[in-house]
Amino acid sequence: MVVFIIRRTLLMIPVLLGATLLSFILVDLSNDPVAEQVFQIQQSTGEAVPQSTVDAIESQLYYDRSLPERYWLWLTGIGETNGDIGLLQGEWGPSIEGTAVDIGYEISTRFWITLRLVLFATVASIGIAILSGVVSAVKQYSRVDYSLTFVGFLFLAMPSFWLGSLLKEAAVQANKGLGSTVLQTYGSGTTGFQGTGWEVFVDSLPYLVVPTLVLTLAGYAAISRYQRASMLEVMNSDYVRLARAKGVRNGTVMRRHALRTALIPVATFAPLSLAGAMGGAIVTERIFGWRGLGAYSYDAILHGDSFAVMAYLLISGIVVLIGVLISDLLYGVLDPRIRYE
Amino acid sequence: MSNLHTAMLEAEAITTKERGQWSMVMTRFFRHRAAVISLVIFVLIVLFAYIGPFLWKWDYKIHSEIPSWVGPSLDHPFGTDKAGRDMLGAMMQATKQSMNVALVVAVGSTVIGALVGACAGFYRGWVDSVLMRIVDVLFVIPFLVITAAIAGAIDGGAQWYHMAFILAVFGWLSTARAVRAEVLSLREKEFIEAAKAAGGSDWHIITKHLIPNTMSVIIVSATLQIAFAILSETTLSFLGLGIQSPDTSLGLLIEAAGASAFNEHWYLFYIPGLMIILIALTINFIGDGLRDALDPRQTMVRR
Repeated sequence: MVVFIIRRTLLMIPVLLGATLLSFILVDLSNDPVAEQVFQIQQSTGEAVPQSTVDAIESQLYYDRSLPERYWLWLTGIGETNGDIGLLQGEWGPSIEGTAVDIGYEISTRFWITLRLVLFATVASIGIAILSGVVSAVKQYSRVDYSLTFVGFLFLAMPSFWLGSLLKEAAVQANKGLGSTVLQTYGSGTTGFQGTGWEVFVDSLPYLVVPTLVLTLAGYAAISRYQRASMLEVMNSDYVRLARAKGVRNGTVMRRHALRTALIPVATFAPLSLAGAMGGAIVTERIFGWRGLGAYSYDAILHGDSFAVMAYLLISGIVVLIGVLISDLLYGVLDPRIRYE
Repeated sequence: MSNLHTAMLEAEAITTKERGQWSMVMTRFFRHRAAVISLVIFVLIVLFAYIGPFLWKWDYKIHSEIPSWVGPSLDHPFGTDKAGRDMLGAMMQATKQSMNVALVVAVGSTVIGALVGACAGFYRGWVDSVLMRIVDVLFVIPFLVITAAIAGAIDGGAQWYHMAFILAVFGWLSTARAVRAEVLSLREKEFIEAAKAAGGSDWHIITKHLIPNTMSVIIVSATLQIAFAILSETTLSFLGLGIQSPDTSLGLLIEAAGASAFNEHWYLFYIPGLMIILIALTINFIGDGLRDALDPRQTMVRR
């Protein structure tokens, strides 16, 4: 098992490297942070920017180097640098916001805010998906099945930003009606709140409810379709029929024989929804005014802050790969036919 | 002589109407009630977007003679916004732009995905490894972020064709995987062997034999691409990283409506939102109907 995990992790490194290389090239070619900076200075001073300033910005952002050299420096930091670049040395590269802003610090403080949202939403959506998928399959072609299927289709078709705006306003209305602030709709926690990790978490709960609900509803429908299909397939299989024939109780057949096998395709598919939730975090954080990673990458995209965009791409890439690894392991736990030697 | 011969054969044959593959598919599709209703609604939406602007008196631009913030009425069925825009005209343009993106993405990413999937499955070996590793790598890059980073960086704001191109370039992964899986089993079939023995070139086999036989997978994934593209494009436009004003898109209209879901300007928020849902919903049902209709394992009872 341990060997398997190590081998899979090692196999992921080239994939991750390829992904960073490809996205580095794409982000680099489509953005020009130097021109952006020069434009900003020109706007604020109203004069043409002298060549010496342009050169200084270029060397600060490593844009006086060629693209391959810049990628190499970004990855390893080996070579002639200002000491603020090189992933292997724990440096994320310079931000265009100036030397005072450290991308690594921004990311490490914001990471937990986003992870909290994404993890809760993913777990909740998998739970709802399994429940509704199994109910649909057990009551196939009944009114319950049709309604659940239709609701699933509806959420599949609903853009998450629209659902988010709607639920946010609904929460505001609910607060007004109840005269309370049970559901917070702006920010990820009380501003300036200090305390231990647990206290911070408890403080953030009212802020967490509505955004998590949005991401959950946006993500559950696809998994639920899988769950229904795989449950139906298992329920029509011979060994389930055999279990029934020899008189095993219905609940036991469902739990021990049908559900366990039917979870396999879902287990492989569900951790991948982590990828969708990471993307969805940008939208949700924007609507609910969270200052998490999603909001950070949004600002970075707007300002053409290449190294900050790369940092977000790298982190979500790692999260997705961890999701893939979890799904591989779940395969082994759920499916007795698979053994990791 | 030959005419007489065929006439004799025809007379001998049991007289049943000839059933082509496509007529069977059509029959099966039209039996799927939700899919047929969806198809009708979808065609109506397409007509609304592309023919509507020629019939309706207002376009999507701001006009000084339009009063601001009029609720839905006979003059302005979808109301008007603060700046004085007729929302029916704006909806037509917005739907058209979103549809443009969706249809181009559906065609583009399906063509890329089908070719990549077919080549990977047909050649196996290193071609397969390289292509599938590219798919793996692209899969790791978060779709929304990379498309946003590229679309947001376009000088002067993205046009709909920029959006279509960017979404198509990153949207073909699922199609490629599905087509490859089909081709892997097809390539061992006798008719491919026959085509090879007859001296067919690889390109001929891929385009004339493999892709037509995976058509059911390809058509279904193309329809689902439409829903996927509509949702992606509107999300990016909502974030301000897609289609920019003065042009308009369904995402932009919702962004402009802001927090009006529960006040007197509710129509600004719900109408574009319902339009997106309606498009994506009908497309999903059509895809479902096509999947059932094109599935060769489904037997049709002959009557």
